[in-house]
Amino acid sequence: MAYIFQQALNALQLGSIYALIALGYTMVYGILTMINFAHGDMFMIGAFFCFMLSAWLKQSFIPALLLSMLGVACLGVIIERLAYKPLRNAPRVSAIITALGVGLFLENFTLALSPYPKNIPALVSNTAWKLGSLSLSSLQVIIIVLSVVLMMVLDFIVQHTKTGMAMRAISWDRTVVPLMGVPVNRIISMTFALGAGLGGAAGMMYGLAYPVIDYSMGIMIGWKAFISAVVGGIGNIRGAMIGGFILGSVEIMTAAFLPSTYRDFVAFTLLLALLIVRPYGILGTPHPQKV
Amino acid sequence: MNSILRDHSALPDRWHRLIANPFFWPAVAGAGLLFCIAASVLGFLDLYLQLILIYVGINIILTVSLNLINGYMGEFSVGHAGFMATGAYVASLLTIRIFPSGISDLFFPLAIFAGGVAAAIIGLLVAIPSFKTRGDYLAIVTLAFCMIVKSVLENIDAVGGPRGLLGMEKLTTLPWVFFWAALTVWVIRNLVFSNFGRGVLSIREDEIASDLMSVNTRQVKVIAFVVSSFFAGVAGGLYAHALQFINPKMFDIIKSTDILIMVYLGGIASIAGSIIGAIIFTILLEILRPLGVWRMVIMPLLLVLLMICRPSGIMGLRESRLFFPLRDLVTERLWRKRKKENGDAPA
Amino acid sequence: MPLLEIQGLTHRFAGLCAVSNFTLSVEPHELVGIIGPNGAGKTTVFNLITGVYRASEGSIRFEGRELVGKRPSAVTGLGIARTFQNIRLFRELSVLDNVRIAHYGQVRYSPLEALLHMGRFRSEERRITNRALDLLSVFKLEDYAAEKAKNLPYGLQRRLEIARALATGPRLLLLDEPAAGMNPNEIIMLMEFIGWIRETFSLTIILIEHQMRLVMGICERLTVLDFGETIAAGIPSEIRNNRKVLEAYLGEEVDGDAP
Repeated sequence: MAYIFQQALNALQLGSIYALIALGYTMVYGILTMINFAHGDMFMIGAFFCFMLSAWLKQSFIPALLLSMLGVACLGVIIERLAYKPLRNAPRVSAIITALGVGLFLENFTLALSPYPKNIPALVSNTAWKLGSLSLSSLQVIIIVLSVVLMMVLDFIVQHTKTGMAMRAISWDRTVVPLMGVPVNRIISMTFALGAGLGGAAGMMYGLAYPVIDYSMGIMIGWKAFISAVVGGIGNIRGAMIGGFILGSVEIMTAAFLPSTYRDFVAFTLLLALLIVRPYGILGTPHPQKV
Repeated sequence: MNSILRDHSALPDRWHRLIANPFFWPAVAGAGLLFCIAASVLGFLDLYLQLILIYVGINIILTVSLNLINGYMGEFSVGHAGFMATGAYVASLLTIRIFPSGISDLFFPLAIFAGGVAAAIIGLLVAIPSFKTRGDYLAIVTLAFCMIVKSVLENIDAVGGPRGLLGMEKLTTLPWVFFWAALTVWVIRNLVFSNFGRGVLSIREDEIASDLMSVNTRQVKVIAFVVSSFFAGVAGGLYAHALQFINPKMFDIIKSTDILIMVYLGGIASIAGSIIGAIIFTILLEILRPLGVWRMVIMPLLLVLLMICRPSGIMGLRESRLFFPLRDLVTERLWRKRKKENGDAPA
Repeated sequence: MPLLEIQGLTHRFAGLCAVSNFTLSVEPHELVGIIGPNGAGKTTVFNLITGVYRASEGSIRFEGRELVGKRPSAVTGLGIARTFQNIRLFRELSVLDNVRIAHYGQVRYSPLEALLHMGRFRSEERRITNRALDLLSVFKLEDYAAEKAKNLPYGLQRRLEIARALATGPRLLLLDEPAAGMNPNEIIMLMEFIGWIRETFSLTIILIEHQMRLVMGICERLTVLDFGETIAAGIPSEIRNNRKVLEAYLGEEVDGDAP
C-alpha cells in the first residue's frame, strides 16, 4: 500500500514535468497548427541555464527559477522570430522540419560546449518527511506544488486575461483576428514565451530531481511530452495537463510492477490503444470537415 | 495551346528521342551496375569511397520510399526507422542463424527480400490506423509504433536485447546497393505514374473527393504503406550487412528524423528530389566530418536556412522530366493535332 | 421501379437534427430539385446519399440496393456521382489527371502489374487516357489537359468538376449549386448544358440550387427543405406560390405588406 502511494507521488512528479512541457507543445500547436519539435530542447536549455545560474553565479532557488524561465522564454521568442515567422505561410511540414533543425542545432550546440554531463548543485534541501509508514521527499512536494501553481497561473492567463482571449481567438481563426485589432505577432511571441518558460521551469525541476544533465535529456522527454499533448487532445490546454499526468502515471506504474525495460513498450502501447479508441485525444474535438 | 506542350517540348528533341528509346534506361542501369561491379571487384575506387557510396545508396532507398507516404500521400510518418529495423533484424537473423554460412552471398538477396517482406507485413499493420486518422494523429501513431518496435527488440533476448546482433558478414557491396536502389526508384516511379499513384496523389489533395470519385482509399493506403515499408526493410537489411552489427538504439526516432530531413531537403513528391536529398545529406555529413561535433551544429543550421529560403525543398512538387512516362498520350495526340493545323502531313 | 428511393431519412449531429424524415422518390431520367434557405440540410442529404455521412435513421435505395452504411467509393461504384458546393477539384493535379483519377474503379490491372508496368498496364493506361481525353474534348477542355486544375478560370473549373463526375459512369448525378457565382447569361447557358448532358449521358439528375431561374426553368419536381424538414414538395408552379416556402425564404408576413 505504502509502495503504491510512493509510486503515485513519483507519478505525480513525473506527470507534472510532462504536463509542463506538453503545455508548450499544445499552446504553439493551438495557435499556429505547428508542432514545435525544438520544444523538448527548451526543457534541456532550462536545465542548463539553471546549472549556469546556480553553479557559476551562485544563485539560490527562486532567482535561479525566475531567471531560467525568463532566459528560456527569451530564447523561445528569438527562435520564433528568426526561424518560424518566415515560414508562417509555408507548407506546414516545412515549419516542422525547421523545428527539427532548430532542435538538432540546440542539442549539438550544447554538446559542443559541454561534452560532459553536468551536475546541478542542490538548491533545495531535500528532507524526507515521514507520515506514518510513508516517506515524502520535500523536493518532490516542491516540484509537484510548483508545477500545479504554474499550471494554474497559465490557466488563469488563458481563460481570464485579454492576452489569453486573443490566444484562443487566434487558434480558431488566424485570418480574421488581425482585422479585429489584435496584435497577432505579439500574441504569438507571448505564446512561445509562455510555453518555453514553462518548459524551462520543467527543465530546472527535473535537473534538481535527477541532478545529472546532458545535451540529450530533452529528446526522449520532448517526444513523450508531445505524445502526452496529443493524447490529451492537441491544442487543448487542459488536455495537455491531463495527458502529461496520464503518461507519467503509466510510466511509473509500469516501472513499479514490471521489469524496467518494459516501461516504454507498455507506455506507448497503451497510448496507441487510447488513440485508436479516441482518435482525437481525450479532450480533443475533431475538426469537422465541411463537405 | 502552347501551355500543353510546354512541359514536354522543353527538352530538345534529340534528348527526348534518346530517352524515349526503350533501351536507354536499361542501358544506363546496366552501365551503372557494371561500373559498380568493376569498382568493387577490381578495387579502383578506394574502400572509403565505396562505403560512402553504399551509404548514399541505402539513404536513397530510405528517402524515396518515405517520400511515397510523406510526399505523395501527404501524411507525416515518423516511423520509417521501425520498418528499417524490422528488415535489418530479419535479414540478419536469416544470414547468421538460418542460412548455411559458407555460401551466404548466394542467399544474400533472399535475406534482403525476406527482410523487406517482413517490414511490409508490419507496414500493413500501420496502414490500418491510417484509414481513420490523418495528419498529426497519424504522426503519433507512427511515432508510437517506432518506439514500440525499438522497445520490443530491446526486450527480446533471443535477438540480442539491448546489445543487438553481431557477426553479420559484410555482404553489402556496391553492386548490390546499386541494384536495390535502382529497383526502388524504378518500382516507386512506376507506382507513382499509375492508377494507384494517381490515387495516392488524390488522397493528398482531397481525400473525401477522392473517395467520391471511385478511388478505393483503403486499398491505396495499404499499397502505399506496404510498398514504402518493404523498401525500408530492404534498406535495413543492406545497412545491417554493411555495418556488420545492429542494435535497437540505431533505429530510434533520431534515425527516423534523419530520413525525414532527407525527404524534405530534397523536396516532397519528387523522386529526383529524394535522390538529390539523400546524396547531399550523406555527402555533406562526410565532408563536414573534420569539424567533429560542430558538424551537427552547422548541418541543422544550413537546413533551417534552406527551409526559410525554399520551403518546399530543393525540388518540391516538381518531378524531373526524366521520370515521366515516355509515351504520354497528351503530347502525342495534341502534337498531331497541332501539326495537322499547321498544315504538316499527319504523323 | 424508381431509380432512387429515400424513406424516412434522418441525420443527427450531436443533438442537432440536420435532416428530419426526408422522403424522395426519383424515377429514371427525371430532373428533380432540392431547394431551401441556407443551412436547411440540402447538402447533408447529398452527403447521406453518397455515404459521406451515415444516416442515423432511414433508408436510401438505389436501383433496389440499400446505400446506407456503404462507403463513398462503393456508392460511386454503383452509379452515383456528384459535384460540390465549393469546388473540390484536385488542384495541384493536371486537368487530365483529375478525370483519369475518376476512372479508378474501372481500371483493370492489379497493383503488381502497376508496380512493374507490365501485363495489362500499358493497354489499360492507354484506354483510360483516351477515354479521359475524349470526355475532355466533349466538354471542350481538351486544350487544358496538361494544365493544373487550380489554374483554370472559375467557369471552366465547374465544367471540369462535372466532367470528372461523369467519368465515373454514373446513372444518377447529384449537382450541388452548379450555378453558384454565375451571372444571368451564364445561367441560361448552364440550363442548356444541364439539359444536354442529361440527354447525352442518359442521366437522372438531382439538383440543389438557390438560383430560382435555373430551378424553375429546368426542374420537373421540387422538394423544399427548411431546418431539415420537408415543408413542401410538388411541381414548380405549385411551389412558387406556396406560402410556407415564401415564409421560409422571405420571412413571415408583417401586417400591411402584400405577399
